[in-house]
Amino acid sequence: MSAGSLGKTYRPGEVIVHQGDTGDCMYVVQDGQVEVVQEQGSGPVRLAVIGPGDFFGEMALFEREVRSATVRAVDEATVLTVDKKTFLRRVHADPSLAYRLVQTMSQRLRKLNTEFAQRQPPP
Amino acid sequence: MSTIPVQAGEETPAECTAGRLELEDGSRVGVMGGGPAGSFFSYFLLDLAARVGTRLELDLYESKDYSVPGPAGCNMCGGIISESLVQTLAAEGIRLPPTVITRGIDAYVLHMDVGTVRLETPRLEMRIGAVHRGAGPRGLQAADWQSFDGYLLELAAQKGARVVRGRVEDVEWQAGRPQLRVRNGASQGYDLLAVACGVNSASIKLFEAGKGNGSYRPPATAKTYISELHLGRERIAQYFGHAMHVFLLNIPRLEFAALIPKGDYVTFCLLGQNIDEDLVRAFFGAAPVRACLPPDWSGPKESCHCSPRINVGGASEPYADRLVFLGDCGVSRLYKDGIGAAYRTAKAAAVTAVFQGIGREDFRRHFWPACRSLARDNRLGRLVFAVTRLIQKWRFARRGVLDMVRREQAHAGRVRRMSEVLWNTFTGSAPYGEILLGTMHPAYIGRLIGSTLAGNWPRREPARKD
Ligand SMILES: Cc1cc2nc3c(=O)[nH]c(=O)nc-3n(C[C@H](O)[C@H](O)[C@H](O)COP(=O)(O)OP(=O)(O)OC[C@H]3O[C@@H](n4cnc5c(N)ncnc54)[C@H](O)[C@@H]3O)c2cc1C
Repeated sequence: MSAGSLGKTYRPGEVIVHQGDTGDCMYVVQDGQVEVVQEQGSGPVRLAVIGPGDFFGEMALFEREVRSATVRAVDEATVLTVDKKTFLRRVHADPSLAYRLVQTMSQRLRKLNTEFAQRQPPP
Repeated sequence: MSTIPVQAGEETPAECTAGRLELEDGSRVGVMGGGPAGSFFSYFLLDLAARVGTRLELDLYESKDYSVPGPAGCNMCGGIISESLVQTLAAEGIRLPPTVITRGIDAYVLHMDVGTVRLETPRLEMRIGAVHRGAGPRGLQAADWQSFDGYLLELAAQKGARVVRGRVEDVEWQAGRPQLRVRNGASQGYDLLAVACGVNSASIKLFEAGKGNGSYRPPATAKTYISELHLGRERIAQYFGHAMHVFLLNIPRLEFAALIPKGDYVTFCLLGQNIDEDLVRAFFGAAPVRACLPPDWSGPKESCHCSPRINVGGASEPYADRLVFLGDCGVSRLYKDGIGAAYRTAKAAAVTAVFQGIGREDFRRHFWPACRSLARDNRLGRLVFAVTRLIQKWRFARRGVLDMVRREQAHAGRVRRMSEVLWNTFTGSAPYGEILLGTMHPAYIGRLIGSTLAGNWPRREPARKD
């Protein structure tokens, strides 16, 4: 980690959030890559690999549910946390701050819909 | 650009019956000053306009060259990017890379004559950034970091701002529209003028009462002192690490002082009354200051220094038809997080201009609330700093504070009320209102009374066996 890196640096394989934990922040990747893995009945499924500028754990900002997946560093990764309180305080004053989050969540939903449609047997 | 008649049924403000001023495809926007406020405004205005499919032409005027070391290329400041701004920018998709952040800060060390205590960031994470506003101090040897202001200017340019290198020397109003002129340049007309010239240039006089098209009155300011101490990377790592040092010392005329570690330099910031060499000397002569600097360090002589003004009052009516004042020359935050305040007012102005309009009434209704909330919070801030001043004066109070913080830091898991109050006061991470509220909690008051008694209780030294 360089002297000027913001956030916290994780070693390869180190877990950043655990599926099932309660959360009060989201995360923005500053450097490196992290993988999002979900424990399912059949074993762990890798949902995505994300890199600098991407965020994860944003659901905790809006709901009180537990983390829906585990996220861990692929290589050495630096990740910045954004507190729920700080974020919501700013969104209250400036709702346009949520735009990027909504945009990304909408893209993720679109991707999921496509994947879901592809898995359905043709009628 | 057009004047759009107010539709029947729309809210019609009393003083704006003639029509509404709005930005439309091809509108021209002039931004005077490419410090944080001007660059943030340009970035967000162009970004928001693109979202709604409006194409704007934006000229961003900046007289400084941020690649030149020393005061000529620097908007003199402590260079702390607050915890809340770092997080907000991350949510905005603006990343501050290690080529701009000279050092991540994860702790504050509070020095008083009665002792020293270290406060860690609540999440034990580097969430505060220390930057050079320009290329670095005069005499800089290795230019390993990029100017923060230069980086923001570049982001604005990437969004489509045309950066005009030059000083705006004249502002005229023709048929209600602003015209800007730089030296040896032709006059340029705009549909909207955003003024972000800060409080450290004479340009603000161009808008004094009677000269603009509104009733703007510039903010009250106070003189401060900054110098850059060259210690070198290794010694900074050894003596400061990733911690900023703040000092509550009972030195006459001194209000607040801080040492902020960066790449090869430590920035010294001083707020006080009638700052002069004697005050600076008294500060560096104080035992707690000497204790955190290398013993062989020769003093601040010969270092790059400046005496910039800081906004302590807030402008009145920082808007008019086709005119808005952002950042320091408008309303800022008292003593802390001025760059965060520049972001907030710049964003509020951009949102207003794109979604509401650019008339006086639009800014009054949609931009002014952001300024007003800063101004109201500053009133509470004055109270917070008045109490800090008392603590600085009263030794028994300093002992009480120190005892309470030490107890909190020694017990993991305990609610750290005093640590949180101090952290938020020094870092500017929370509104002053929230800080004040924290000090009214019965548990805070109870513990402070307990700690003041414990901290001032005459202690018997253990008997020596020799
Ligand atoms: C001692 C001190 C320490 C501080 N420490 C911190 C800190 O640690 N963290 C923090 O967040 N804030 C700090 N601040 C406050 C911070 O510096 C300001 O709030 C911030 O710079 C405001 O940004 P701005 O863009 O409004 O103004 P400025 O940064 O002053 O930028 C104004 C710009 O306009 C340009 N300009 C002016 N006139 C013209 C013209 N006629 N034509 C073209 N260009 C022009 C100037 O060259 C300049 O680049 C500190 C201030 C002081 C005095």
